[in-house]
Amino acid sequence: MIGLIIIIGLGILAMISEIFNFKKLLHPIVLVGVIAAGTFNLIEWNQPVKIQYFDNMLAFDRPALAFSTVILFVALLWFTLSRTYFKNGGHLVDQYTLVLFMMVGAIILTAFTNMTTLFLGIEIMSIPLYVLAASKKGDPASNEAGFKYLLMGAFASSFLLFGIALVYGATASFDLATIQNFIATNQANLPNFFYVGVVFILVAMLFKISVAPFHFWAPDVYEGSPTVITALMSTIVKIAGIAAFLDLFIGSFQDVSFLWIKIISVIAAISLVVANVTAGVQTSVKRMLAFSSVSHATFMLLAILANLAYNVSVETLLYYSLSYAMASLIAFGILDLVKQDEGYSFKSFNGLYVRNPFLAISMTIAMLSLAGIPLASGFFAKYFVLSSLFDSGYIYLNVLAIIAAVIGACFYFKVIIAMYNGDSENRKKIQVETAQGVVFVICTGVIIVLGAFPGLIVELF
Amino acid sequence: MLTLLLLGIPFLAALILFAPKDRGWKNLALIFSLVEFVVSLVAFVIYKQNPASELLHFKAVWIKSLGINFDVSINALSLLMILLTTFLIPIIILSTYKKGVKTSNKFLGLILAFQMAVIGVFMANDGFLFYIFWEITLIPVYLICLLWGGENRSKVTLKFFIYTLIGSLFMLVGLIMLYHHTNVNGLKSWDIQALYAAGRSLDFAQQGLIFWFIFIAFAVKIPIFPFHTWQPDTYVDAPIQGTMILSGIMLKMATFGAIKWLLPMVPLGVQEWGTTVMVLAIIGIVYTSIIALGQNEYKRFNAYISLAHVAVIAAAIFSGTHQGIQGSIMLMLAHGINTVGLFFISEILFRKTGTTMMDEMGGIRQQNGNFSTLFLIIVLGVVALPLTSGFIGEFLSLIGIYQFNPYFAAVAGLSIIFGAVYMLRIFQKIMLGESKNENFVFGKLEPSENIVLIIISIAIIGLGVYPAILNDIAETAAYEALLNIK
Repeated sequence: MIGLIIIIGLGILAMISEIFNFKKLLHPIVLVGVIAAGTFNLIEWNQPVKIQYFDNMLAFDRPALAFSTVILFVALLWFTLSRTYFKNGGHLVDQYTLVLFMMVGAIILTAFTNMTTLFLGIEIMSIPLYVLAASKKGDPASNEAGFKYLLMGAFASSFLLFGIALVYGATASFDLATIQNFIATNQANLPNFFYVGVVFILVAMLFKISVAPFHFWAPDVYEGSPTVITALMSTIVKIAGIAAFLDLFIGSFQDVSFLWIKIISVIAAISLVVANVTAGVQTSVKRMLAFSSVSHATFMLLAILANLAYNVSVETLLYYSLSYAMASLIAFGILDLVKQDEGYSFKSFNGLYVRNPFLAISMTIAMLSLAGIPLASGFFAKYFVLSSLFDSGYIYLNVLAIIAAVIGACFYFKVIIAMYNGDSENRKKIQVETAQGVVFVICTGVIIVLGAFPGLIVELF
Repeated sequence: MLTLLLLGIPFLAALILFAPKDRGWKNLALIFSLVEFVVSLVAFVIYKQNPASELLHFKAVWIKSLGINFDVSINALSLLMILLTTFLIPIIILSTYKKGVKTSNKFLGLILAFQMAVIGVFMANDGFLFYIFWEITLIPVYLICLLWGGENRSKVTLKFFIYTLIGSLFMLVGLIMLYHHTNVNGLKSWDIQALYAAGRSLDFAQQGLIFWFIFIAFAVKIPIFPFHTWQPDTYVDAPIQGTMILSGIMLKMATFGAIKWLLPMVPLGVQEWGTTVMVLAIIGIVYTSIIALGQNEYKRFNAYISLAHVAVIAAAIFSGTHQGIQGSIMLMLAHGINTVGLFFISEILFRKTGTTMMDEMGGIRQQNGNFSTLFLIIVLGVVALPLTSGFIGEFLSLIGIYQFNPYFAAVAGLSIIFGAVYMLRIFQKIMLGESKNENFVFGKLEPSENIVLIIISIAIIGLGVYPAILNDIAETAAYEALLNIK
């Protein structure tokens, strides 16, 4: 909770930094603040009781603290990584403020215990993102991305609101625990519109984590937004979204799982095929990564589908989201560095190994992790999902997931092949700033350490 | 402890070689690989004295909640495979000792990283560990082929990678299915014995399903007809060291896996589908032999005859007989040595004659008799003449297949005739006759090349004259494998 308050404070501080003229100090202040917030999370970790805040609107239990710590960790790396972008592009203050408030929304999403806070969290997270997506004012693609995101996001939010209203109508409560109790005691005579409400909420959440067939906004928005912002969308937003999803469906709507499990299993099957096949035919790496993020969201969805004990699901998803976020940060960070005149095509990676071996090796590890090759953390992430699917008996979905993973490996390896093989004539060497280099080293380090010792996370609870 | 040393030495060497500065430390790589060979010989001696020695086992908890242990040990079968690997890797490294061949540290480092992983595959006693090592072997080989390969390398290596990845992911599914049926004091476990027990407790249909899931991984890697289409292209386009690794060592992972992991785990599945596999293998023998007869490009020819020989190995394994398995193990050793020799020669021939087409070669014997003699020894080893390395393995394998089904043995026996025909024919084409080009000068071999060829020839003859030194262990290995099946 203290972590959340610190981030809110940082956001306000960032807003006034221009007025009180300490703009130059903002970057270090934010870094220190994020580290402090993370530290307080770790302190709260050891507190025995689950503490509820705001009349039981928020509760920071261990899963919430774990997810929000991951979010803060990713944010720390992101702020370090995107420093160069803001140095050159200006508007540091506005955008830092927006990112900080977005983080507030994301942290709320890990800790909500009430439908109101769910909605607030989603809106607080989304609205800054609409602006950030459109933050390259001169670029039509960026404007298009922001506008599309806003339209689609608003659409999804309306679904969410309607769903919440219907559920409220049936259960007469916004409180998740009360709803859960109500479902458990009145299982036989729930009104039909309650089920409609659950499905609406499901649709809205699928929109937010962008799973096919609700993914159409994702590629355009990812491609049009500035790459640093895309990195944010595919990491923090995904983590928060999936954490909220988990709380809602493995938590509150557990007892009506017969309803959403069928829907999710169909959607997951569709999404695995659509995301991976479409990603395979992309010529732009950025679009490919967008579809790959759809595919990874689907894998996380599969872990929810397995519908195991809450703790197991939390561990699986925590591991998956951290592993994916690390690889994603590297991928988008390096994509931004290698971008050439021809845009984000695979060609811009040509001969990267000659131009800058360090970047090439980091990128290779990230791609291996995304493809799910052992000893990169991505392998265990996929393994936990497949294994829990087995526990629940979805053998056919498992086979489908494996075929999807193989198709996935093809397009990640296209990047690797380009880096080591493509001709690199007339290309300058790429300079990497120390801070960025440190971020890449930390990310690859986390990927390898988690890959070698997955017990660090999966034995957490 | 010895097991950790075997894993640690190549790993350390690879780490050193991956250091940023690229100086081409060939000697360092060679020394490390020779030390590794010595360590494996020590393991051999210890095993001979006391197979149950503490030194040959190591076990530590890796991921407790999933029942995964870092459990490595050396038994009869893995000892032989490790000896083969540690024997071949120095030869492969030595094959880079040439004027004009540019090698970087990273190339050698990848070879040693591969060695670490493959030795892990041979020693793993934990299903999960086995899978991890199995997958890790793929990365160095993929990079070797991708970075130093021929013209079509990106396409060909991607094809190779996808084939093997599909196979191994299916294997993972199969293993996970078994894992969910294990029960050691109420907990799930990846331990090999627990997996054996879990597999045997399943019914007919489930065992059949798991058999196919796991078998596909091995079938792609061996490769068995019709899963072989990646192989000729990859062998041709990979750098010569990559081809040696692929054919000499990597495919042994699959045949090894079939004996250690597949046969004992799902005996009913093997019973049901083993015949099918044998039929496929025997089709492969005839089919690839006929294709090999029509090949003119030396490297591609080697790829096809390698296919024919491993098909014999596969057929012998799935016969499920004592002699068959023992023979297949001996044949694996022989094939590893022979095939590395053949591919090594392909590089020499290409460099000296400037062509890969056998039609355009000829008359080399007149110019360099020593080379021709060494080549003849390897050719005879491939033909499996008595007193060469291949003989005992092929003989036992055919006995095993005969015991299973005489008709199969009759067709598989064609491999001996085919082998003699195509091997002697290419020897004639390349070495004998007149040179096609009047100004052609073959010249002398470099010292390192002579050393490699002499070592290989000694190994071929030595193993042929006195096979008992390894055959005893192969017999134990076959006995152990069958013990687990029954």
